Amino acid sequence: MNFFKRTIPLIIAFIMGIMMAFQYYVPHEASQSLLKVVTRWGITIAGFAVFIGAYSLFHLHWNKIKRKVPGWGYSTFVFFGAGITIIFGLYNGGEFFLHDKQEGTMFDWMYFNVQVPAGATMFSILAFFMASAAYRTFRARTSEATILLIAAVIVMLGRVPVGALIWEYLPPIADWIMSVPNMAAKRGILIGVSIGAIATSLRIIFGIERAYLGGGD
Amino acid sequence: MERLLRIDRRIIFAFVAAAVTIPLLIKFDLPVPATKEVRGIYDKIDSLPEGSHVLIAFDYDPASKEELQPMAVALLHHCFKNNIKVVGMTLNPGGTGLADSAITEVGKEYGREYKEDYVFLGYKTGVELVMINMGENIYSAFPKDFSGNATADLPVLKGVQSLQDFDFVVDLASGSSIEAWIAFGKEKYNFDLGAGCTAVIGPDMYPFLQSKQIDGLMSGLKGAAEYETLIERKSSAVAGMSPQSVVHVLVVLFVIFGNFLYFMTGRKK
Amino acid sequence: MNKKTDVLTLTWILIAFCIVNIFFLVTGKLGFDAKGLGIITAVALTLAMYSFLYKDNPVFKIAENLFVGVAMGYWIIITWFNILKPDVYEQLIVPLFKDTGNAPQYTVIIPTILGVFMLLRFSNKLSWLSRWSFAFVVGLGAGITIPNFIHAFILKQLTFDSLIAASLPDSINNFLILLGVVSVLIYFFFSLEHKGVIGGVSKIGVWFLMIAFGASFGFTVMARMSLLIGRIQFLIRDWLGIIQ
Repeated sequence: MNFFKRTIPLIIAFIMGIMMAFQYYVPHEASQSLLKVVTRWGITIAGFAVFIGAYSLFHLHWNKIKRKVPGWGYSTFVFFGAGITIIFGLYNGGEFFLHDKQEGTMFDWMYFNVQVPAGATMFSILAFFMASAAYRTFRARTSEATILLIAAVIVMLGRVPVGALIWEYLPPIADWIMSVPNMAAKRGILIGVSIGAIATSLRIIFGIERAYLGGGD
Repeated sequence: MERLLRIDRRIIFAFVAAAVTIPLLIKFDLPVPATKEVRGIYDKIDSLPEGSHVLIAFDYDPASKEELQPMAVALLHHCFKNNIKVVGMTLNPGGTGLADSAITEVGKEYGREYKEDYVFLGYKTGVELVMINMGENIYSAFPKDFSGNATADLPVLKGVQSLQDFDFVVDLASGSSIEAWIAFGKEKYNFDLGAGCTAVIGPDMYPFLQSKQIDGLMSGLKGAAEYETLIERKSSAVAGMSPQSVVHVLVVLFVIFGNFLYFMTGRKK
Repeated sequence: MNKKTDVLTLTWILIAFCIVNIFFLVTGKLGFDAKGLGIITAVALTLAMYSFLYKDNPVFKIAENLFVGVAMGYWIIITWFNILKPDVYEQLIVPLFKDTGNAPQYTVIIPTILGVFMLLRFSNKLSWLSRWSFAFVVGLGAGITIPNFIHAFILKQLTFDSLIAASLPDSINNFLILLGVVSVLIYFFFSLEHKGVIGGVSKIGVWFLMIAFGASFGFTVMARMSLLIGRIQFLIRDWLGIIQ
């Protein structure tokens, strides 16, 4: 049974990895067809991943309701929100889900008047916390922290129209910071991260990295 | 002084709210000159002849809508004004409604027809897999558009077989899709690529600008405001620049004042 | 006593919100239709989210959980209409029962089965089948990553402009870029002890990183404030109608 549970997945990962890595260097039409088919399959498989996310979310909140943990009542709103959205989506303005998606339905209404404002507002709350953190915790305790704060202040002022009104050289200095030292550091990080990603990919292909199998090995 | 350091954070929140709201109510205009990064995208689109095909990837969700939707709308205005055919798609499921509404509303303003002048292909998952599939054959990646029409029959896609046939591709991103478009799209299939992104990831894009892997970059609401200025259609992004300026000054003052108090109380001890 | 004050405050705010909206509906500022009621719903959720800034409260928690549920429901339906319906249902299942002019795409069975296997992750007995699907996708991703990343993110990023440029400032900038990239890469190379020359160069790398992080912080502040500006614009333009 170990053969099916452990060995076959490692063989699949190895074959797929080696095949796609070498495919890049083979310009033959058959190689291009293989790439097209395999990526097509990958898109379809990835499409099923939404149900994994959905199950995890619903399972978590269902357990909260079942065990009546403090605040379990709020979890009912998750099911309410999801349920009503799915029902509207499947109803599809009367055409039902086997027909093409209709425009201007209650499903779209839920999106524009519930998901969009709530989603947009959720992250905008961080603006307040950033300002609070700027006042209470951002301290120039070390020389490195001082360099960081000076760069931040110059960029914050130089990147808005008022910066030019405060000092005419603020915008060009901010641009220079972005194009030279920032760019250099980000390039270094990018190269480092890419080397790491390539190393991890090789480890996956050769079966050294097995975390994606999900444990219970 | 110590009490000032430990001030209730809700007072700071009130200052921020006021710094954003008052400039919007008073309404004072500030000049928004375009930077060369934003000009890169503008000049590219302006140089395209009528009937060219531009692909816009609306890879963002409602959380980034306030920065990227103005960018998308400005870009669409520019394309439709110049009679350019627009093909939209998204890799983010939360972005479908925003993308569809932006393309449809701006297209209608210019009297453009769906399927003839523009199309929204919809959403596909898999990021780099979608890009590679589109690079091989766009109809394989998107057999149907968002409304369920067969893409092979669409007049707007005439002459387009894959990503290589697009005259310009712009990715509006809130995540890491720009890097993916570069690695699995532009470098592999050799098309011109521009990027619009949230300001959070803006600094990370500069290496790609310098290596000319992207032709231009719109970063955050300021990037959108610059583009609105270039197309001479000032809207919500330009209007947002006055509160943006005020609140930045406020945050800088918070940083300076907070450090001042910190060092003064430290010296007292 | 505090809880009583909180409940009272919340009640008064809700009453005020209802009064304002009833006034807008009656005076015609907001239509009593899908659009008008939609704006009211959006404003209610926006203000519910912002109530967290005062204190964590039930209204915020309801809005938060509702949003999570709606977002998940939306994702499921959009996946059906954009991926599963056109790529699986219409290519494989519909042609089996109806004459669509196209033959059933039997090759779609393979990714469909692998997709279903992925869902078996939650089964106690059959979860091992999900490993085949994950191995396929992860192996595919690893394979395409290697050559594309080498080309796009390493080779293309290792091209530097000449140190002898047209002008002195350009030459200095090009030198600084080279110095920055090399010093940052050396800083992240922890296999060598950061002492002596290596230590000095990595210290320069730290300075470049601090400037970059400062720039990132500045841009992050800009991003978050932009989101807030957008929401305030919505409230005072689309709801209150104070600005155009």
